[in-house]
Amino acid sequence: MPDLGPLWLTLQLAAVTTLLLLVVGTPVAWWLSQTRSRIKPAIEALTALPLVLPPTVIGFYLLITLSPKAPLGAFFLSVTGETLTFSFTGLVLASMFYSLPFMVQPLQAAFEIIGRAPLEAAATLRAKPIDAFFSVAAPMAFRAYITASVLTFAHTIGEFGVVLMVGGNIPGQTKVISIAIYEHVESINYAEAHVLSGILLAFSFFVLLLVYSLNRRFPLAGQSA
Amino acid sequence: MSLSVNVTCHFGDFQLQVDQSFSGTGITALFGPSGCGKSTLLRIIAGLESKAKGVVNSGAAIWQNEKQFMPTWQRDIGFVFQEPRLFPHLTVAGNLAYAQKRSTNIQSQITLEKVVAALDLAPLLNRRVTALSGGEKQRVAIGRSLLTKPSLMLMDEPLSALDMKRRSSILLLIRSLPETFGVPVIYVTHAIDEVAQIADRIALLSDGRICAEGPLDAILENPELDDLTGRFEAGVVIDAKITGQDKKFQLTLLECQGQALIMPLIPLHIGETVRLRIRARDVALATEIPRGLSIRNVLPARIIAIDSNLESAFAEVILVFGDRKLRSRITRASVEELNLEPGKAVYALIKSIAFDRRGIGITP
Repeated sequence: MPDLGPLWLTLQLAAVTTLLLLVVGTPVAWWLSQTRSRIKPAIEALTALPLVLPPTVIGFYLLITLSPKAPLGAFFLSVTGETLTFSFTGLVLASMFYSLPFMVQPLQAAFEIIGRAPLEAAATLRAKPIDAFFSVAAPMAFRAYITASVLTFAHTIGEFGVVLMVGGNIPGQTKVISIAIYEHVESINYAEAHVLSGILLAFSFFVLLLVYSLNRRFPLAGQSA
Repeated sequence: MSLSVNVTCHFGDFQLQVDQSFSGTGITALFGPSGCGKSTLLRIIAGLESKAKGVVNSGAAIWQNEKQFMPTWQRDIGFVFQEPRLFPHLTVAGNLAYAQKRSTNIQSQITLEKVVAALDLAPLLNRRVTALSGGEKQRVAIGRSLLTKPSLMLMDEPLSALDMKRRSSILLLIRSLPETFGVPVIYVTHAIDEVAQIADRIALLSDGRICAEGPLDAILENPELDDLTGRFEAGVVIDAKITGQDKKFQLTLLECQGQALIMPLIPLHIGETVRLRIRARDVALATEIPRGLSIRNVLPARIIAIDSNLESAFAEVILVFGDRKLRSRITRASVEELNLEPGKAVYALIKSIAFDRRGIGITP
């Protein structure tokens, strides 16, 4: 039986990343869907960068940004006494950037489809803007929230290059499942690689199956009555 | 509560400029062709057009002026849009509760029970809104906006997505809102028959400006406003009381200004008042009581004005009977041949068919 530590670490990383991205991605997606600002295309391009760049490039820049010599890394070190590179926290930050488009794009599309009409209606029914968002826009985008969360979760699980660059291979800290599998294959330990790969394959399939089954039970965003 | 508006708003080449007070009772129709700015004006009143500049006051409350802009959610209005805009993630009851629990008006007499009863919503309460018909959705939307307990209802062509049959039942319902709930209504429409059925007052909007505002009958009686109200549909509205039902010939007998009228059977009770619409093109004139005529409604009247347009074959004749006015459109040739002039006594011949079913509104 192989060490299942990397599997738990991976699930932890994916769960924390998804939860944090729900909090961070929602206002970004909302702003992008509502704004008429001239800098919108620039922000959109920035959030989509991780889709295009090789993970090693993202990992390289993140490594530099998070390093104790850079302002962000130095600040974190002075507050917590720990470095951001080669730590779980650093991995979460890196994953959040890496998976950002998978959270933002489905939500932005859903908010754009929903449009202003239901929110205007909510305003005429005495709902403040923040109330209207939580009582109308967010529930109407429920399906997009499921899609975005699952894509973010799954994408974080599959992360390899960025982890290798930023996190390295520290058991219990940064040694996620994809790194563990790579390591097993490198040392010609195919049996253990098979077990971990099989678990990941089955898990991914059932998560997606669950999502697509759930999706059929909820209306699409923007199907206003 | 009366509303006063003095605003300007630009959209590209289009400019809306309105300085007008609106009645605090009954139904005021905001009438005009597509693109005249009537929906925009309604949205400005609701605070949904942040580009509008100027002043909007509701009674003593300042909704908007040079310095401040009260957001929509703080304005004491109910708004019914062209599309129902119900929330699909809530049931009918959930949509109604959404408005009710956010209402801040504690003095209002509007209650959930009253709204459900008036709009016949009880059978729908547990339904999903996506499963409702167009007419049901719009009824729920009207109920929902009432439950904000507003002091003013704004309606933006709420019938435009409905078929003819559903329109008339919802129109009757809208007609009853000011009396049932004590809320004045501003009603945007481009259909003169809707105006004739429900409005107490009418504001004519053309090219971003209000050209006339006043009681419905006074505006409809004025031929100078025909270009705005629609020449073909020009006519007057009068109220008449039902005095009898003739089941044999399927006729209803009515009385108006001491004169008897007859029209195809209306399914209402004796003593009730109906609003009739009589179009100018359906009124002919005779200088003496005609004989051997199929037309049943012949009213003695007196000419008070003749408006001849030399570029047209027709003249618009304004008549008075009792203290009500009638309009007749006849050829200028007839005017000359019959020697018609102001002050002359005539008989107005009204074709029965002119009491168009769609033009029957029940007045409270």
